[in-house]
Amino acid sequence: MNKEKTKKTSILRNDGFQTVISSILCILIGFLIGYIVLLVINPKGAGDAILAIMKNFLYYSSASAAKKYLGTTLVKASALLMCALSVLFANKVGLFNIGVAGQYVVGAGASLYFAIALGMPWYVSLLAAIIFAAALGGISGFLKSYFNVNEVISCIMLNWISLYCVNMLLSLVKESSTPYTRPLSSANKDGLLPNMGLDKIFSNNKFVTIGVVLSVIMAVAVSILLDKTKFGYELKATGMNKHAAKYCGMKEKRNIIVTMMISGGLAGMGAAIFYLSGIEQWMVQQTSIPAMGFNGIAAAFLGGLNPIGAIFASYFIQHITSGGTYVDKTMYCTQISDLMVAFIIYLCGFVFFFKLALNKYLDKRDEKIAAKMNEGGEE
Amino acid sequence: MDNYAIEMLNITKKFPGIIANDNITLRLKKGEIHALLGENGAGKSTLMSILFGFYQPDGGEIKKDGKKVEINNPNDANALGIGMVHQHFKLVECFTVLDNIILGVETTKGGFLQKKEARQKVLELSKKYGLSVDPDAVIENITVGMQQRTEILKMLYRDNEILIFDEPTAVLTPQEIKELMAVMKSLAAEGKSILFITHKLAEIMEVADRCSVLRKGKYIGTVDVKDTSPEQLSAMMVGRDVSLAVEKKPAQPGDVVLDIKNMSVASKRSKKDAVKNVSLQVRRGEIVCIAGIDGNGQTEFIYGLSGLEPVKSGLIMMNGKDITHMPIRKRLVSGMSHIPEDRHKHGLVLDFSLEDNIVLQRYFEPEFTDKFGFLKRNAIREYANKLIKQYDIRSGQGPATKARDMSGGNQQKAIIAREIDKNPELLIAVQPTRGLDVGAIEYIHKQLVAQRDAGKGVLLVSFELDEVMNLADRILVMYEGEIVGEFSPDKVSVEELGLYMAGSKRMEVGAHE
Ligand SMILES: Nc1ncnc2c1ncn2[C@@H]1O[C@H](COP(=O)(O)OP(=O)(O)OP(=O)(O)O)[C@@H](O)[C@H]1O
Ligand SMILES: [Mg+2]
Repeated sequence: MNKEKTKKTSILRNDGFQTVISSILCILIGFLIGYIVLLVINPKGAGDAILAIMKNFLYYSSASAAKKYLGTTLVKASALLMCALSVLFANKVGLFNIGVAGQYVVGAGASLYFAIALGMPWYVSLLAAIIFAAALGGISGFLKSYFNVNEVISCIMLNWISLYCVNMLLSLVKESSTPYTRPLSSANKDGLLPNMGLDKIFSNNKFVTIGVVLSVIMAVAVSILLDKTKFGYELKATGMNKHAAKYCGMKEKRNIIVTMMISGGLAGMGAAIFYLSGIEQWMVQQTSIPAMGFNGIAAAFLGGLNPIGAIFASYFIQHITSGGTYVDKTMYCTQISDLMVAFIIYLCGFVFFFKLALNKYLDKRDEKIAAKMNEGGEE
Repeated sequence: MDNYAIEMLNITKKFPGIIANDNITLRLKKGEIHALLGENGAGKSTLMSILFGFYQPDGGEIKKDGKKVEINNPNDANALGIGMVHQHFKLVECFTVLDNIILGVETTKGGFLQKKEARQKVLELSKKYGLSVDPDAVIENITVGMQQRTEILKMLYRDNEILIFDEPTAVLTPQEIKELMAVMKSLAAEGKSILFITHKLAEIMEVADRCSVLRKGKYIGTVDVKDTSPEQLSAMMVGRDVSLAVEKKPAQPGDVVLDIKNMSVASKRSKKDAVKNVSLQVRRGEIVCIAGIDGNGQTEFIYGLSGLEPVKSGLIMMNGKDITHMPIRKRLVSGMSHIPEDRHKHGLVLDFSLEDNIVLQRYFEPEFTDKFGFLKRNAIREYANKLIKQYDIRSGQGPATKARDMSGGNQQKAIIAREIDKNPELLIAVQPTRGLDVGAIEYIHKQLVAQRDAGKGVLLVSFELDEVMNLADRILVMYEGEIVGEFSPDKVSVEELGLYMAGSKRMEVGAHE
């Protein structure tokens, strides 16, 4: 029995396992708080509302409708995943890329402009999104490494600059009667990402494209890049100790810039994957930065800052975000779904806090066991 | 019964893969200076960190004045009057000395800091114990010696009664060590109890009343210092005799490997240059040692030489090639090795594993990276294991141990192993044996001599005159950024060197051509 106990402890001590446990705990607490708030606002609908958020596309009883909306959730989740990868990549190198939101915006602007205004095929627009977003990230990296400007500050400012520039740029390709950009399906069919038959799986949801697959491939690629390559080794060394990186001859300044460029490029690619699927048009009068980038921060942390963990975390966050739209609007105001999701996402930031608490608890318990065994020995 | 200030009874502390403290009992008498001696990784810092509430023991108990106490964190320790100067200082780099001292125990009035009284108290303490500091200087701009005095003042400011010094002398100059010893004695005379970790036996003989010895996590014994000898202590610690006199044949200098002409390096602290017009040569097969008191431009000189800082003027030639403005990586691959002064700042990526740190200078070589840019993990592991064995680098989980979790001395050994095994043509070693135990020092000294005998040029910077006299084939004294004397070690006395180091004597050496 004793043996079993030590074995159990060792699993609990495992880092990956702790991350999973803490993530689940965060989610549960988030749901609980959300539920309590719903109860306070209107006790009658609370249960249903929570269920709706959890069910998301399962709200539809017909299998084909459910599949179709699963597809939509996946498309959005893949963009979110790219943002999460962007955040965690920078984080592994010791930088906090809060500019992911702005890089996402620039990616959207570049991809739509290239597709609609210049009539470029999808791969060119995708590339353009990556390059421009990378350049934006590079600016923050450059300011950081040569002028020691904190990347958080420069990123936040660039976020707003990006938003208004993109709004201006995309006004050139908007529909004449609405504030939205012209739909790709009519403006430039070649600009749409290819489906490669994926739409068939999801009841002909034509928004499901190779973008979904690309994002998962990128997650694996990021994981390999960071852990298995010389390049990742250099970037991590620079992030953890730039003095040591310089001492052993790495180009520490260049590494910081390159990191921010890759991070930006990932966010830009996420935007391209999203907008080039044709799922949404850009609203050129928007005055708030799309939440996708910021949600990427939550997804990165919920996934324990691990690229593979980010895949699941992104899906989950998108799942509840989409689920939020099914909350009964006759009982609650329209903002309620955003509020609920915000609670849960907010709690996701606490993964590391719970991990710490768990370890503290385990230490205490081990001490007690040790103390008990000592007493037993003395008797 | 004796009057014990602190009793640590049957303390056990395990880390993954290692028992750092195995059932250790240590008793500290009121008003005594109690030395703690042991090899690198013996568990000294761990034991002290437990007393300071940094770690929780897995077993055992702590008594203060005979009563059992729980020390769950450094705040508890502080409340019990226990203070600690850590092996690697824990100061806020961008704060002033005064801010660091009052950090955590600030007096406030209506939410506002009241620094005036604090400053008064700090100045009084500083005067009383001769711990001179500038309260308004920012930590990153002051010498290690002053940083340490700041740490000591921090303890005194909190009216601590039990003072833990973890290797305080490793980073100090001989003069500063003398002053510290005097401070410790006067503190003990006032009734404060002191725990003192050091690897230098002479210091123990000078100030300590008793000495406890640890070996590989186990308690070996406690002796009265007046009844013991350095030989007995080192035998207790290592389990064999150690000799610090280095055996070496006369040097046979060959070609010039390093030729520096009129090098100047700007200073970060003042308008004057830190290094002024220095010219020197290092030949293959000789150990050239730069002696001097810390802060006389040695650091900047090495920065300029290794490329960490740009040089202002002058010429650096290595193997006949001009490397004055060469990028660091290029210098390193063309045969330069550099054991840096500050192991945490430059020498290691603390959050990397030991093996990743061991290949820090070589990870890009075909041996460790394939042609697609992937790291050869197996080769790295194998290489790390080889060096770990060869240099006796001790840690909990071997090559996978995080460098941060290693003892200070073993971190240093890892750096030395990495730099020597790179097989350089010019080995620059700055304070290479800082923080090492006598056994390890003996080994490293042998390695340096072996490098010399293998026809490498060795440039050693040391503040320790013993080391200088033992190892050097040629001694250069640096004072205020200039070379003020050149000697052969068998033709100069320590006293004579001291005069040059203090700037009271100088000769014209190869400065101008
Ligand atoms: N936080 C930690 N996690 C894991 N292992 C640790 C940790 N701290 C110390 N160790 C291990 O415990 C052992 C004792 O370390 P400690 O720092 O107490 O040695 P030390 O006697 O102070 O040595 P030195 O003279 O080199 O400073 C070492 O083998 C070290 O690797
Ligand atoms: Mg130590």
